[in-house]
Amino acid sequence: MSLIEEYIPITGKDTIEDLYLLAERLKGKVIQNINSTAVGGGVAEILSRMLPLLKDLGVNARWDVIKGNEKFFNITKKMHNALHGVNVEITNDEFQFFLEVNRRNLQDLDLYGDILFIHDPQPIALIEKRPEIGRKWIWRCHIDFTKPKKEVWDFLYTYIQKYDYTVFSAPAFSRPLPIRQALISPSIDPLSDKNRELTQEIIIEVCERYQIDMKRPIITQVSRFDYLKDPLGVIKAYKTVKNHVDCQLVLAGGGATDDPEAMQVLEEVTHEAGNDPDIFILFLPPSSDLEINALQRASTIVLQKSLKEGFGLTVSEALWKAKPVIASAVGGIPLQIAHKYSGILTHSIEGTAYWIKQLLNEPDYARKLGQNGREHIKNNYLITRHIRDYILLFLSVDQNEDIIYL
Amino acid sequence: MADAFKFKTRHHLIELLGRKANNLRELLYGIKEVPASSIYYHTHKFLQQHHYLSPEPPNDFAFWINNALTLDELSERFASIDTIQFNKINDLREAFMKIIKNYLKVSKNNMHCQEGEEFHFMSCRTFIFPTPYSADNLTEFIEILNKISIHSLYFHVFEARLRLERGENDFSNWLEAKGYEALAQEIAKLDPYTMTLEGLRKKIIQMAVKHVSH
Repeated sequence: MSLIEEYIPITGKDTIEDLYLLAERLKGKVIQNINSTAVGGGVAEILSRMLPLLKDLGVNARWDVIKGNEKFFNITKKMHNALHGVNVEITNDEFQFFLEVNRRNLQDLDLYGDILFIHDPQPIALIEKRPEIGRKWIWRCHIDFTKPKKEVWDFLYTYIQKYDYTVFSAPAFSRPLPIRQALISPSIDPLSDKNRELTQEIIIEVCERYQIDMKRPIITQVSRFDYLKDPLGVIKAYKTVKNHVDCQLVLAGGGATDDPEAMQVLEEVTHEAGNDPDIFILFLPPSSDLEINALQRASTIVLQKSLKEGFGLTVSEALWKAKPVIASAVGGIPLQIAHKYSGILTHSIEGTAYWIKQLLNEPDYARKLGQNGREHIKNNYLITRHIRDYILLFLSVDQNEDIIYL
Repeated sequence: MADAFKFKTRHHLIELLGRKANNLRELLYGIKEVPASSIYYHTHKFLQQHHYLSPEPPNDFAFWINNALTLDELSERFASIDTIQFNKINDLREAFMKIIKNYLKVSKNNMHCQEGEEFHFMSCRTFIFPTPYSADNLTEFIEILNKISIHSLYFHVFEARLRLERGENDFSNWLEAKGYEALAQEIAKLDPYTMTLEGLRKKIIQMAVKHVSH
């Protein structure tokens, strides 16, 4: 059985058949992905998962990586932060160095693709080659673009507008542009360790390991120890609920041990939790996908009370496990949750506490939210939808109409 | 004699228009100016994304007016627009505009949403392609209707009628040409907006089965 066919029991045969039908239309085209790193980071992870599946479908998708030194990556890190709205200054010399590295890469890189699929800002200036070689060019922005700093946006804009298409992950990242903009959300892989079905024995074993009582309600938030994930707000909401309804709180997540901010947040969270034996703060190593899967599955309610969020895929992960989810209406979360249909969207600690109580006291409604959530993720946020969107994107670069007959 | 019914299917690529609304006036101007494919997208997104739910959530405009502007009554008016009555997207657009204009005349309440809750205008590009299935007669039609994807069902019922502005759903058009006028009318009379896609599939099959046995 090919890799892509392993998804048939989950998505149904018709979904995979449609992928084959669409992929056939790309015959003869070479898709060349270009990013700045082969390992580590979200883009590399997505490409490593998707390329084998695209190849299975018969799409000639390849992947190249640009080269850069430490100075270049320091500059691109600053650009990344500036796109998040952080106040950083990037000098003219730094912009020039950025361009110089892109131009050096243009000399070394073989641009063989019919469609050049450029990921994130690092290789964005490769488009300078377009007047010479033509082809179709797509710029895929994977990062939060809600409030970019003006000078970085102005700089990037001069390159973005030269592409045929740009792709964002959430509607809030979109802005007026003279080129077409596609919305392609990230996805979860239902066959990965983080999301695959688990036996009850594994779930029990993980809960026992952390001494979590499976007989009492469990409220869980899975996220890095980061102020933007508002773990302190989560504890406050839990404490409000605990006055009226018995429950436990699990805050599970990782973060680099050499990240001083993560350590500080962890310390504050531990302090806020005090001596409450029903609060479990789990600082997990990076290879804890199975544990996270088990904790999500053991939960009664899953929270994602972020103050700011890129897409917030942990919401999809929990919904996929049919869990009722209460999450903040930020970033890509409102795409994953239709309020009161497939989960609950909140804006405050008080609102979060209110809905935790409601859902603990109304388990039938909570169950319905979870079931609807799972269906929503199945139809819209699995890797198979992501692949379909990419194929449609590649097919659409040659077209001008809104209705396209294949 | 009518040709065989060739089942097609479709998928969407969602597009962002880089345009947002903070308040009712901006929503009104947006509805007035965005392409028809955007009106279509915002009135049919829930049907496609939440096709398993009944009752389905309302259109995007109603949902936003309720959740971001908390204008319940206006939201209800948007939600209760009877989409099945419209054969052209521009007529649907006009209906939405009229509701907002009337509201603003009376209330003058041009309330703003909170930051981060803006309405983002989107659109979609529709890719239509053939499936391997075709039906020469009603028995084959039923057999295939049982196994086609919901995307194919969606295309022939919703997309063909309103997005492609064919006036009627594809099934009714074909059945009528095949001489099944009564069945064609029964299907045309259905309000597919008020049921799940699986419910719709069952309903059409039940109706068709009755006509086979007669």
